[in-house]
Amino acid sequence: MAIRRRRRLPLSLVVGGALVLALVAISALAQWIAPYPYDQMHIRDRFLPPNLTYLAGTDEYGRDVFSRLLIGSQLSLALGGTATLISMGIGVPLGMLAGYRRGATDELIMRTLDVMLAFPPIMLVLLILAVTPPSLLKTAIAIGVLAVAPIARVTRSVTLDLMSGEFMEAARARGERLRYMLMRELLPNIWPVLIVEASLRVVFAVLLGAVLSFLGFGVQPPAADWGLMISNGRAFVDTAPWISLAPGIAMSVTVIAISLVGDGLREVLDPRIGGR
Amino acid sequence: MAAYVVQRLGAAMVIMVAMSVLVFLATHALPSNAAALILGQYSTPETQAALEHRLGFDLPLPVQYWRWASHMLQGDMGQSFEMERPVAPILWDALGRSAILAVCSMIVVSTAGLALGVVAAVWRGRWPDHAASIFTYFGVSLPEFYWGLVLILIFGSTLHLLPSSGYANLAEGLGPFIAHLVLPVSTLTLTLLAHVTRLTRSSMMEALDSVYVKVARARGLPERLVILRHALRNALIPSITVLAQDFGFLIGGIVAVETVFAYPGLGRMLVGSLARQDLPMMQAAILVLTGVYCVANLTADLLYGVVNPRIRYGGSIG
Repeated sequence: MAIRRRRRLPLSLVVGGALVLALVAISALAQWIAPYPYDQMHIRDRFLPPNLTYLAGTDEYGRDVFSRLLIGSQLSLALGGTATLISMGIGVPLGMLAGYRRGATDELIMRTLDVMLAFPPIMLVLLILAVTPPSLLKTAIAIGVLAVAPIARVTRSVTLDLMSGEFMEAARARGERLRYMLMRELLPNIWPVLIVEASLRVVFAVLLGAVLSFLGFGVQPPAADWGLMISNGRAFVDTAPWISLAPGIAMSVTVIAISLVGDGLREVLDPRIGGR
Repeated sequence: MAAYVVQRLGAAMVIMVAMSVLVFLATHALPSNAAALILGQYSTPETQAALEHRLGFDLPLPVQYWRWASHMLQGDMGQSFEMERPVAPILWDALGRSAILAVCSMIVVSTAGLALGVVAAVWRGRWPDHAASIFTYFGVSLPEFYWGLVLILIFGSTLHLLPSSGYANLAEGLGPFIAHLVLPVSTLTLTLLAHVTRLTRSSMMEALDSVYVKVARARGLPERLVILRHALRNALIPSITVLAQDFGFLIGGIVAVETVFAYPGLGRMLVGSLARQDLPMMQAAILVLTGVYCVANLTADLLYGVVNPRIRYGGSIG
């Protein structure tokens, strides 16, 4: 143990982790950092390019784009987080149960999920959102349900790998109950894989959420949602490109930061692909 | 193999029926009143009721579904509420234009993705590899519609090189036809490229490390021949199947890209009909897109069975 070297954390994890922490801090404090309220209109200062007063310029109503970006980060992170929690909350127990019980339970769960996977993803979400009045929570639920099947599949395959482990046999020999087996024995061993999967899912949810608000089925105006801001700025892309470009840059920084964390975690947790 | 094909075909049929029921039920849960929508805001309840009766909206749901589904199967997709014209011809035209977009994108994605993947694997750890990895990282970090806007900004409104929206018929000449496709196809390529590139890179790296490549090198074959004939051929199998799977993502991407570029395809038609609650139009558009998706999945499955014989004997794949 004396010569044990501390393993260096991969660069992607350090950079991505720092960025994600910064983003979370910024969005938590957005109300206080933002120079102006996100919906305050400065009628005389419409379409101003980025300057010292308005760091990212102003939009067609003279609203400060920078303040809207900050508030928008809350919506994006909330959507990504909620959707992922929903899909993990349903997918992980289903996957564990299927892998643990096998047999008929496994067949029933996995075939149902196969059917879900066979639908074109965006159609289902559009259908749900188009027939009911839009809200952030409903968008999150729609996106979250979409990701249940892939998460359940991953959980199931990891569970199947763990089933032959000695700790599982020992627990079964002690006569532990199903609940204990899943929550106390399996879950702690699955979570590293699940965290990597979750980072992928957050990215997916943020991007899909932006597409949905862009198409008009997600968050509704005047909310400072990034997808919505890009969509609104589309009409002025020739004369005032910053209205659309700024939220896009914010979104790409968010997505790249979370992907870097995912890649870094995968490297740490699975040494086989460490060298890549 | 025959049993496998029959099983996949059966599954696809089940999906189509399930989706048709879902579409039917969901569109009937719409808050809007179809008759009021057609007749306008000054219609009386009596005329609305009369129209509902004529359209069969007062029949029990299963009967309505049966009538709707059997009409669909005969290619009769009903009348668009908004345009007051039959949906079918409009839809097939739009599908054709979307297909042009999809096929062009698939061709570009597969050639560019394979090339980038091979380059990254051959020069692994050096600048071409890093460049390819950064390029694909940025490609997937933003949704299609944003790349569409950026490309419009650069090539449309700043450089005035390419038209930034619309579609030109082949009858208007080959030049305008291609010019209108360049930006939408590039946008779709940018977001789809990463998947193929990464997969090709990793399977190429595996192939380059294999014994048969070492043997080929030991025999003194030129490196170009070793890479193209020995390594790439074996690395191609997973790339082909992933391309077929990506076709599903392409359908989602097309919906957004057609909206950005005002391209008159099926995706834009779907978004428009959803926004205006044009029931027959949205039902038909969703069903046809689901059908295309099912066919793409089926092709991917069968292709996988062809290139990977082990899968055929398993019975079910899970």
